[in-house]
Parts: sequence; C-alpha cells; structure tokens
Amino acid sequence: MPRYLLSRLGSLVLSLVVASVVIFVVVQVIPGDPATFMMGLNATPDTVEALRHSLGLTGPLPLRYLHWVGGMLTGDLGTSYTYRVPVAGLVLQRLQVSLPLTVYAMVLSSLLAFPAGMLAAARRGRGADLAVMGATQLGVAVPNFWFAMLLVIVFALRLRWLPAGGFPGWGGGLWPGLRGLTLPAVALALPQAAILTRVMRSALIETLSQDFIRTARAKGLSQGQAVRRHGLRNALIPVLTILGLQFSFLLAGAIIIENVFYLPGLGRLIFQGITQRDLIVVQSVVMLLVAAVIVVNFAVELAYALVDPRLRR
Amino acid sequence: MTLLSVRDLSVAIHGRPVLNRVSFDLAPGEVFGLVGESGSGKSMTALAVMGLLPHGAEVGGQATLAGTGLIGLPERRMCALRGREIGLIFQEPMTALNPMQTIGDQVAETLLIHGAASRGEALRVARQRLDRVGLAGERFPLERFPHELSGGQRQRVCIAMAIALRPKLLIADEPTTALDVTTQAQILDLLRGLVAEEGMGLMLITHDLAVVAGLATHVAVMQAGRIVEAGPTETVFRTRADAYTRALFAAAHHVPRRTPRIGSRPMLTVDRALRRYPLARRPFAPPRFFDAVKAVSLRLNAGESLGLVGESGSGKSTLARAVLGLDPLQGGAIRLFGEHPVGPRMPDALRAGLQAVFQDPYGSFNPRWRVARLVAEPFHLMPAPPADAAERVAAALTDVGLRPEDGQRFIHEFSGGQRQRIAIARALITRPEVIVLDEAVSALDVRVRAQILDLLCDLQDRHGLSYLFISHDLSVVRAITDRVLVMQAGQIVEEGPTDRVLDAPEHPYTRELVAATPKIPPGWMEDDDAA
Repeated sequence: MPRYLLSRLGSLVLSLVVASVVIFVVVQVIPGDPATFMMGLNATPDTVEALRHSLGLTGPLPLRYLHWVGGMLTGDLGTSYTYRVPVAGLVLQRLQVSLPLTVYAMVLSSLLAFPAGMLAAARRGRGADLAVMGATQLGVAVPNFWFAMLLVIVFALRLRWLPAGGFPGWGGGLWPGLRGLTLPAVALALPQAAILTRVMRSALIETLSQDFIRTARAKGLSQGQAVRRHGLRNALIPVLTILGLQFSFLLAGAIIIENVFYLPGLGRLIFQGITQRDLIVVQSVVMLLVAAVIVVNFAVELAYALVDPRLRR
Repeated sequence: MTLLSVRDLSVAIHGRPVLNRVSFDLAPGEVFGLVGESGSGKSMTALAVMGLLPHGAEVGGQATLAGTGLIGLPERRMCALRGREIGLIFQEPMTALNPMQTIGDQVAETLLIHGAASRGEALRVARQRLDRVGLAGERFPLERFPHELSGGQRQRVCIAMAIALRPKLLIADEPTTALDVTTQAQILDLLRGLVAEEGMGLMLITHDLAVVAGLATHVAVMQAGRIVEAGPTETVFRTRADAYTRALFAAAHHVPRRTPRIGSRPMLTVDRALRRYPLARRPFAPPRFFDAVKAVSLRLNAGESLGLVGESGSGKSTLARAVLGLDPLQGGAIRLFGEHPVGPRMPDALRAGLQAVFQDPYGSFNPRWRVARLVAEPFHLMPAPPADAAERVAAALTDVGLRPEDGQRFIHEFSGGQRQRIAIARALITRPEVIVLDEAVSALDVRVRAQILDLLCDLQDRHGLSYLFISHDLSVVRAITDRVLVMQAGQIVEEGPTDRVLDAPEHPYTRELVAATPKIPPGWMEDDDAA
C-alpha cells in the first residue's frame, strides 16, 4: 500500500507541474500579447505597457512562471482586471455555490443510479430492465437545460415549492441554501444518473456471470444475497471511474444550468472572464479546475485500492 | 442406505434436451464417478441436483437427498440445503473465489449464511477447515486474498468452503482439470481423505478415466445426456459392455501407429538459450531479473518428434515462443536447419519453414474470415502467393481430413476437433519442415484427441515433418514422441528416449511427475493391451 500511495502521489505532483506549465505557456507565451488583447485595438502603447507591468508580463519567462506558481501556493491568485478584486476571493465566493451544487447533484445521481442499475442487472431482459434502460435513454438524450426549464415550470411556477432561480447564500442557514440549489442539482443529476445507471448495470451483469457468483450460490446464498455480498463491490471499479469524471465535469461544466437558474458559480466566472478578456481570472481558475480534476483522479485511484485488494501493493 | 438417489432425471433447456432419464444412487462414504466427454451432460446433472440450472430449463424426474425431494423444491428451501447438505467444487479455482474478499471471510460465509455460527465462531471454524485442507495458519492466515495464492491453494480454499458445514454430499466438477499433475495428486488425496473421515458421499465429475479409476468405487459413463453404462468401477473398466464405453476407453490410451524415420540432419538447435525478464524496479535498488529459460540446449533432428514436458510455470511456453522467433534471447542461440539464426528479425522466408499449432484453436482464428482465407494466411510469409494457392489450400484441407468445400465456411461452423484440424492445415500450407505443437491436443476430448494424434503421425510420415511437442500430459507425450525433455524451473533436468525417461526416470522431479500421474490399474484393461 505505501508503494502504491507513493507512486500515485508522485504522478499527482508531476501532473500538476506539467499542467501548470502548459496553462502558463498557452496564456502568456503563445503569440498575441495578453495586455494588447485585453485593452482592445484603440489602446495607446503607454496604457498597454502599464497594464503589462501590472499583469507581471515583464521580466524573464521562468521567473514569471515561478512568481505565478509561488503566488498560487500562497493563495495569491493575482488581481482581476475587470473586477479589480483579488481572484482568490472571487473564486472562493463562487466555490460556495459550485462545490455544494456538484456534491448535491452527485449524491442525487448516485441515489438514483445505484438502485436502478442493480434492479436492471438483476432483472436483465425483463420488464424492469427495459423500463430502466428506456428511462436512461431519455436521460442521456434530453439536454439538461430543457429538464431545468421543465422543473422550473412545474415545481417553481405551478406548485411554488422551490425558488425558480437565484441563490440566497449560506448566511440564512443550510435550508434556504439547499432549497435554492435543489432544482439545479436535480437538473444536473438526471443525465449523470442515466449514464451512471448504464455503467452500473453493465458492470454488474459482467460480474454476475463470473465463477465466484456461482460459488456463492453453491454456498447457499440467494441470487439477491450473491449480488449484494459479492457482485456490488466487484462492479464498483468502473462506477468509481465514472463518478470521478462526473465530479470534475460538474464543478465547472454546470455553466448552462447556472445561467438558467441565475447562480453565481464557477462556470459563469470563467465564461465572464473569457468574454471580458480577463486573462488573470481565466489563467488562475483554469489552473484550479485542472488541479481539482487531478486531485479527484488521485482520490478515485485511492478508492480503487480500497475496493480492490489486488491494487494494494 | 442411499444418500442421493436420482431417478429418470431429464432436463431440457429452451426445449433442447440435455439430460435424458438419468438414474443413479450414491451411498454415504462412497465416491461415485461420472465420466464422459464435454457436452455429455455431466455438469448439467450436478447443476440439476443443486437446483442451479440456467434460466429456461425444464426438469423432469426425481432427485432425493436423504429423503428430501430436490426437484421442484422452493428456492428458499434449496438455498438452505446448498452449502449445508450439499457442497460443490468447480473446475476453475483461479476464478471461483471472490478477488475482493479474504479467504477467511469466504470460508466463514458458508457458516454465516446458514446462521450456523456467530462471526467469531465462524472464523474459528474457517481456520480449522483451512488447516484441514492443508493451508496451515502460519503460512495462510485468514486475511490472505485469493490473488496471493496459487491455483492448487485456491482449490483447497474452495474445498474448505464446500466442507465448512460438513455436508452429506460433496459434488466435485472437474476439480483437478485446471491443475498440474503433482497438485492434482495432492487434491485427489485430500478428497479421498475427506470422504473417509467425514463419511460424506462424493460425486466426482471428470473426463479423466485414470482419475476415476484411482478414486471412485462406482462409475457411470455418460454420452449425449444419457448414462450408457454404470456399475462398480473395476467391473465397468474390465467389461466395457457398451460400444461407446469401449470407444472412449480405447481412445483414452490410444497409441498412434508410427514408423519413425529419424535423420541426422539437425532441424532445430537451441544452444544455451536464455530468456530473461526484468522485474518491477524499486527506486534506488539495482534492477532485478527473472530467468524463465535458463541456458536450455536441445536438438531436433529431421523426422523426429521431440517432447517437452513440465508443469505450468516451468518455462515450456516461453521456450516455445523463443523457438518460434517471437521473442528475443538474452543469451545463447537458436538455429533453424543448422545455420539460420532464429529471432524476432528472422526473414519471412525462414518463418515459412517453421510453423506452430496452439492449444485453443478458436482463439487463434479471425471469426469473420472464411476457412480458406484463414488457412492461406501464412502465404504472406512468401514474396508472392504461389500461383496454385487455391489448390494448395484445398490439398491442405484434404490432408487434415476435411473437404476442400469446407474452405467456404466460417470457423464457428466447426467442432473443436475440426478447428484443430484447420489450425494444422494452416501450419502445413507453407510446407514447413518443423512444427511446434504447444499443448495442441490438451483442450480436446479423448476420442478427438486420438484422431488428431493419428493425423499428426500420418502427416509426419508423409511429409517428413519434425515436431517439437510441448505438453503437460505424459500419456500423450509417450504416445507420440521419440525423445523427451523434462523441464523444471527454466532448466532441462532430464533428457532421453521417451520410454526410458517415463519408465525409469532418473531425476527426482521426473520421478515425482511420473508418480503423480494418475493411472488405470494395469490389469483392468487387459484385452485392450493384447489387441
């Protein structure tokens, strides 16, 4: 186990370094001067030069890179050009929406997908399986913003159970915050649950044809007991992989849903950063997101080892 | 008193009959052998008794275990019987255990699922049972995972699981088929001991007549879902009343007619060949290696059949790959026809002179190609396909006992034996002089195996081929080879004329191999020996 942990940790650090270099090079070095780009065509050379200076675009490249990385490590992500506030604060603010929303959506999608996938696998080819597979087909095919609008019409406008949009913040306690995130989380969770259900079902079907399931039956376990005690854990590896991918995707990929519900999330921050040519924000937020993906992958790999003893070496 | 009584058991799966009025009795403390070829219904009989038939199965007839009717018993009551009254062991120990659970938990589960013990008590019994099957606590703590054990050790865990609740009936379905002979001998010993000690009845399903001869008191021969002959083992072996039984037994120790014409020209010479694999590196440690083949030398002469025997992991197949020029050597040399070096970069024309036939014929064919194209595949080793390519394919198919028209069919339309014939036709198409046969008949049923051995000898006769025959099966090697090499841990430990090595082995390892090979008692097959 320590060796596995060390090697995973090594690849985590290496990926972070490589990713940071790539992002740095793409934003700062590749043709086109960020300052000119940000100021637009009518800027005078003096103002551009001033901006270049304030962006830290002067000086040798390696030094600029180290300065940027050093800043990130100490929590200084630079100052946003358009907002005129530290990027770190902006990101923290947005994370208060995006992180809970992601976790909320993942919990909902797992709660839906695990039982549905198990049911479909156990009743393979029969009515329940066909119904579940039909529903997942729909879930994959229909775009989530359409679901979102449907949810708003039904639960916000007609039934008036939940707010139609906006986020009250966590200041008023847990409940108002959760209420604000419920409809967006459901809209995000449905397509993810559809994919997860399919993966769960096929992984479980594959596992159920294995010899050790027959052994379990020969010991006197019922079909259901064999699935729960021996099938599930063996089917978990592909499911964990998908869960990891979905987490990273939801963290920044919720932009359309954030727009539908007027949520101040990370996705909108990047979108605004790009449209307003705020490269400081873009560079830092992209790096943070890449770091999140890498860390999530690391966590998923640790989870593999927890599930599968053959990986603990 | 009977323990298990099966009467007129019939099974059809989706309307297709697989068992036809099977009847037999099994007494406590008795070993009942069920023999037959693949597809004869042996395993189906076991699954029907266990109530574990696949979906779509219709069952007729009766099976009674100690007075309880098993057929038509509700699933809930069947679950209570499985594991408690009937234990079941399968063929594939490598996959029969859950890779995610410790062996202790898996053995203890048998007790827990039947509510027979508390968790602590169940683990204590698991320890006892593992000790009993020869996995002592100091080397095999309960916390071990299956992947840390060898095949034989895993099969012992499966046995411990099956006997954890001391069932009255133990069903073993090909329990040693996937194991090496020395391991097989130990597992059979263990089963024999358990039957004697616990007084349980053992239903032993196997295709291996010698295994049955050594273990079973009663035997039944199955063919196409029916029992064609049954009785006390010795009687069945001596009388062989049924025609199928006679054919099966004759095939089991069939010796092809051979007239070896061995020349002195060396076809294949291996000179101190070394195959070395790097092992996973630890940081800051010197690199470590594993030598799978250690300085092996051998010589195959024109027209000769050379056997190479050894257990799994001895390096046989690694050597075969090197001989075929698929992997590079890290030392020594391999030469073809006395002069041409063999290796990954050998010229194609040379490869055409050296062909191979492997164990699994189906896996080595592209299922979307017609047989004629499959057989013609080695032509790419030649600068251009010969002008008479079609005739040569037809001739090769005729050579191996198929019809030229068979070239237009697909591989799934053929039986296992026919597929192996096609693999041989493919190996012959470039008119090679040396053929490497790596476990080429190991997956075949005995009657098919006998035919393929005949075919190989006939082809050798007609085309003057040289064979390097790699097998773990000593009886096959005895039937078809002139000389034999015994390989252990990457080295040749004994070499000599086949009869001499197998009748009077000199090296302790060879002696162990020969002793572990199950044999039918010499007197039982007398009239056959006379013939």
